[in-house]
Amino acid sequence: MEKKIKIALAGNPNSGKTTVFNNLTGSHQHVGNWPGVTVEKKEGKFTYDGFKADVIDLPGIYSLTAYSIDERIARNFLLQENPDVVVAVIDASNLERNLYLVVQLLELGANVVLDLNMMDLVENRGIKINKEKLSRILNVQVVETIAHKGKGIDEIKKIAIDEAKNKKPGEFKIDYGKDIEQVIDKLTRFLKERKISVNYPLRWLVIKLLEKDAEVVQTIKALSEGKIILNEVEQNISKLEKHLGYDLETALVERRYGYLKGLVGECTSRHYTFKERLNISDKIDRVVTNKFIGIPLFLVLMWLTFQLVFTIGGPLADLIDTFFGWTAQVVSKELISIGAPEWLISLISDGIISGVGSVLVFLPNILLLFLAISILEDSGYMARAAFVMDRLMHALGLHGKSFIPLVLGFGCNIPGIMATRTLESEKDRILTILVNPLMSCSARLPIYILFAGVFFPRNQGLVVFSLYLMGIVLAVAVARIFKSIFFKHKVAPLIMELPPYRLPQIKSVLIHMWERGSLFLKKAGGIILAGVIVVWFLSSVPFGVEYASQQSLIGRIGSLLAPLLSPAGFGFWQAAVALGFGILAKEIVVGTLGTVYGVEGAGLKGAILQHFTALSAYSFMVMSLIYIPCIASIAVIKRETNWKWALLAVGYSLILGWVMAVIIYQIGKFFV
Amino acid sequence: MIPLSMVNPGQKVQIVQIRGGRGLVSKLANMGFYPGVIVEVISNRNGPLIVAREGIRLGLGFGMAHKILVRPLN
Repeated sequence: MEKKIKIALAGNPNSGKTTVFNNLTGSHQHVGNWPGVTVEKKEGKFTYDGFKADVIDLPGIYSLTAYSIDERIARNFLLQENPDVVVAVIDASNLERNLYLVVQLLELGANVVLDLNMMDLVENRGIKINKEKLSRILNVQVVETIAHKGKGIDEIKKIAIDEAKNKKPGEFKIDYGKDIEQVIDKLTRFLKERKISVNYPLRWLVIKLLEKDAEVVQTIKALSEGKIILNEVEQNISKLEKHLGYDLETALVERRYGYLKGLVGECTSRHYTFKERLNISDKIDRVVTNKFIGIPLFLVLMWLTFQLVFTIGGPLADLIDTFFGWTAQVVSKELISIGAPEWLISLISDGIISGVGSVLVFLPNILLLFLAISILEDSGYMARAAFVMDRLMHALGLHGKSFIPLVLGFGCNIPGIMATRTLESEKDRILTILVNPLMSCSARLPIYILFAGVFFPRNQGLVVFSLYLMGIVLAVAVARIFKSIFFKHKVAPLIMELPPYRLPQIKSVLIHMWERGSLFLKKAGGIILAGVIVVWFLSSVPFGVEYASQQSLIGRIGSLLAPLLSPAGFGFWQAAVALGFGILAKEIVVGTLGTVYGVEGAGLKGAILQHFTALSAYSFMVMSLIYIPCIASIAVIKRETNWKWALLAVGYSLILGWVMAVIIYQIGKFFV
Repeated sequence: MIPLSMVNPGQKVQIVQIRGGRGLVSKLANMGFYPGVIVEVISNRNGPLIVAREGIRLGLGFGMAHKILVRPLN
């Protein structure tokens, strides 16, 4: 019979947990080179030697004290779910700091397997680690891996299962020094006498109480004798602190690092020297984060991204457009020749090919955008960008770390919103979530490219750029306003680890780009297809009306809403309907126009040329940018906050979108 | 004693005191940055800076770098 075991992967950010996870389970979870890529636990499976293992990849943590949501997810899992084995994945080229978490796991009594990852870096730096000694002193089994090359993965499986069978986490103690140890002993006895029922080793519990760990304190408070216990702890802390001369938590951290310093010294044959560490990464950082170069360099990179998406994406999009035009012709000819009913021909050519085709055309642009974002993430530049922008973000009332979610939002707002989990302050986090939909995501790109291509062929790039810029400026303004209304707080200062730069690996970048791109394709085959079929159907009923005329059902619905939009310059039913269905997914704005005009590509361009002017086209793009987060974003905002904030996001964006579109149209009228 | 924000790139300093909320002090400590530790400034953007302890590189915001008091080493 197969036996089931549960294995958790824990470790510092950027120690390679997700790479190990992908190799263990054959998954393709996103790996990036910045702290906070993994913000939720991911599950996978493998079978080995008759065992079925559930593997859980956890967000990166530095210690068992959590400061943000992603860290809390990891900590709670380790504390509450009792995994059979915890594989501690550590960056072995940075032993001391990485082992800090490991000793905390051992203190907790977890059944740890130590994975010394990144052994290639260790070798490059000329460090020798005495694996056997390390294993003996910590009383754990040790595996050496180079996860990105798949080396050592089988050994992890073997040893993890071996450990799960034995299940005998040995006792592990750090000597915190005479004074502290006395207090730990005293309090442990105190807790023992009270026979409290908690799941953790008493010694660990006492240490966490001495650290004033908020969640452990809460757990104790809930007990019947909680007050007495906390009182006793409090008294002992003040006494100790008076004696030590500084705060106890720092003292505990210091003792642990002191222990590790000794341990690492004993188990490695060469230590870093300051000179060695001035490596290439630091040299790059001296330029990239230089006070004069930092921000201009970021702008140049953004401009290059933009050029990549448009200059290279444009011709490729035209190719796909030609293909769909040709397909539509061939298919409808074929359908006519086999005598298919007229409604079927209309569904396929007007509905599906025109609707979905007009969206799919933009696949190259979207792939290129995600390619650029992947490179930024994998190289390690993303974390630097957040650092470089910190002061500016502060001036705007946001946190330095808010910057990464905002940049990710240019790809898709959903991962952008998720990435806010790494922010320590709840207020900073909600504020960043609220403005994230103003970052112009890739779903809005088709709208811009279509309209700007028709009405501003010479300044296409400039026009689209102005929309991105408008999104950013509005996000800043909205953040300022919301901050003064809802969050009158000081923004928490930035503390963020900067992983060494790494040459992005072509395979990993392409995989990431493809995963994102295929998400777009799935959307095209799913919600976008469903949306355009509904639009097609509503355009065809009641039976007997001319397809997509004002008398059709959709024409009537649109006509009801159209007057609302006429101050913005596009008060006709097709625009109203397109925006309405665009709530499902913003690509559907283009898909709907394709369907109601029954054309795609070049034909669609002709159709909108008849209905819009350059000015109303611009106000329509502005409206599309702002007017509402798509339905999936709204759901994620609700999940990550609550209904109140989700409704605010919907409400403010609807009003702001309409107001901006109207202002632009009304003022613009004086100039054209 | 000077604030870390005033230290030039390339300079080695010893952390003397970290002022600020409990959360920040404890977070920094758990990441390996606490009084007594010797660090080197890698890059300084007039406040926000990158500081190194052995293989670790930490980006600190303007507010944070101000609150860390250090003693320059020669």
